[in-house]
Amino acid sequence: MSVFEAILLTIITASTPLVIAGLGELVVERSGVLNLGVEGMMIMGAVAAFVGAQMSGSPYVGLITGIVAGALFSLLFGFLTLTLVTNQVATGLALTILGLGLSGMIGEGYVSVPGVQLRAIVFPLLSDIPLVGPVLFKQDLTFYLSIALLIGVSWFLFRSRVGLKLRAVGDSHGSAHALGIDVIRTRYLAVMFGGACAGLAGAQLSLVYTPQWVENMSAGRGWVTLALVVFASWRPMRVLAGGYLFGAVTILQFHAQGFGVGIPSQFLSMLPYASTIVVLVIISQNRRATLINTPASLGKAFVPER
Amino acid sequence: MKKLALTLATTAAAIIGFSAAAEAAPTKICFVYVGSHTDGGYSQAHDLGRQQIQKEFGDKIDTPYLENVPEGPDAERAIERLARSGCSLIFSTSFGFMDATAKVAAKFPKVKFEHATGFKSGPNLATYNSRFYEGRYILGQIAAKMSKNHGAAYIASFPIPEVVMGINSFEQGARSVDPNFKLKVIWVNTWFDPGKEADAAKAMIDQGVDILTQHTDTTAPMQVAEERGIHAFGQATDMLASGPHAQLTAVVDTWGNYYSKRVHALLDGTWKAEQNWDGLKDGILKMSPYTNMPDDVKKMAEETEAKIKSGELAPFTGPINKQDGTPWLKAGEKADDATLLGMNFYIEGVDDKLPAAK
Repeated sequence: MSVFEAILLTIITASTPLVIAGLGELVVERSGVLNLGVEGMMIMGAVAAFVGAQMSGSPYVGLITGIVAGALFSLLFGFLTLTLVTNQVATGLALTILGLGLSGMIGEGYVSVPGVQLRAIVFPLLSDIPLVGPVLFKQDLTFYLSIALLIGVSWFLFRSRVGLKLRAVGDSHGSAHALGIDVIRTRYLAVMFGGACAGLAGAQLSLVYTPQWVENMSAGRGWVTLALVVFASWRPMRVLAGGYLFGAVTILQFHAQGFGVGIPSQFLSMLPYASTIVVLVIISQNRRATLINTPASLGKAFVPER
Repeated sequence: MKKLALTLATTAAAIIGFSAAAEAAPTKICFVYVGSHTDGGYSQAHDLGRQQIQKEFGDKIDTPYLENVPEGPDAERAIERLARSGCSLIFSTSFGFMDATAKVAAKFPKVKFEHATGFKSGPNLATYNSRFYEGRYILGQIAAKMSKNHGAAYIASFPIPEVVMGINSFEQGARSVDPNFKLKVIWVNTWFDPGKEADAAKAMIDQGVDILTQHTDTTAPMQVAEERGIHAFGQATDMLASGPHAQLTAVVDTWGNYYSKRVHALLDGTWKAEQNWDGLKDGILKMSPYTNMPDDVKKMAEETEAKIKSGELAPFTGPINKQDGTPWLKAGEKADDATLLGMNFYIEGVDDKLPAAK
């Protein structure tokens, strides 16, 4: 395996959780809900997936446990913000704090226990193609799911009737309600989808990225995801591009250090964040284009008149 | 955002932890950890020490702890809260807590403080440290014997003296066996991020490195080494479970005996603000069993360990040049502790440019 190929493979591993959680949060925000609890849902997914995989011995059961845990945990957010109409920003932050604490408690007995790793699925013959083979046909299930999610979310939002309704809810919940769309139900489903994606991303962390459980192992990746959605100006394809850009800069800075490029390591560590800001600035040059994509009801509570 | 979350969590933990224990009676010995008490590395090693004294002293003491306390202004608040809540002795266990501990110690002259791995002290502020570098010298020797391409990679956290000292000692040990040994240093700028530590490990292996050593707190690099079939050294705790075929040995922190000694002194009224720096011979630092290596390498490691314990060998003994070739220690000259504790330069053979330290 060449260094180039090896680099590509590690970039994919580093980027996949960002892409998955990013696509989930994109759907949530497109429905007009701002859930800042991605970090909390992700870490819940990570611990649930790890525990699930340990108890069953199967990483696939772990994967499902992670997805379900993320979705259930997001339901708490949904109940608070949609039914009880609490402030979305504060509730999202609280969800993260709760998730970090709760996951630590659940996972207490699982620290330093060797994990069950989700192995790569190898497509015979196809995986033998130089370069493209190992990158596209020798990956673990989460990578294929991230691509399926990209296609699915793009199709759903822009080609399906239900997706159109969801976008309508996000752009003007009042009008959508007047048209007879069930705003609250739509948002509940969107929030749960986002939670399931964050849970899957967390499962990738504890089953693929580093098959182990340690407290706080998401290490801020949930926050990066939130930035990624804004960075992508709520377009699925750009979530993919942004996620890979971020992953690539993270990996490449280590290689730069290894090859002895004389740049301060602190600067290299900052690069992924700095590049996010630079691209954000470039994108926001075109103010109208940005506004078109921003869901107009984002973060606003909806209380139907009775 | 994450900092805010941690602050809130820390404050909440402090309130819950200390309102419950306000009934007095047992002497309160308090601990501040930078990571979680189950991080599988540095903070867990301190917590094992805490558990040891809790067991030893039983009802006589109470040992509350704060975990995941970020270094910086939040640390000062956390430590001050402990000082106000009736702790008699506070162990702050990370280098980055140094300034915060010194500030709080000046404010609360009746409370006793001990700061790990730093160099600032005061009338009620002791320091304690472990000569980790003694163990890392042995790691360097083993690496030089085991590496097929005369080199290793050192996954490093922050350019503080302890880490720089560790890098130099590793290189010094390696060069005592193989004068052409090159050490690559990879800075991850975190103590605790399994994903990032694993990324750094993978990047180094992809560049052809066949020995890894880490100065970060999770077992992720060890796990990567195991998966890729290369060798690695554990840090702070024995990481053999994460790398049954990869781990050669580990430098293991065992703080319990030190904590016990200090609590005895506190209860006897003989506690003094000393500056303690113990090493292999005091048992504060232990080498986990030498595994996955040929017998002759194991024998060499054991001999070196015995020589360091007896004082026959000091890792930083001249002749040693600084990285740029200027002489540092003359033949037979030994480095003094003050220089080591403030070490901010590389020695010859380290293949990296030292990031500017704070």
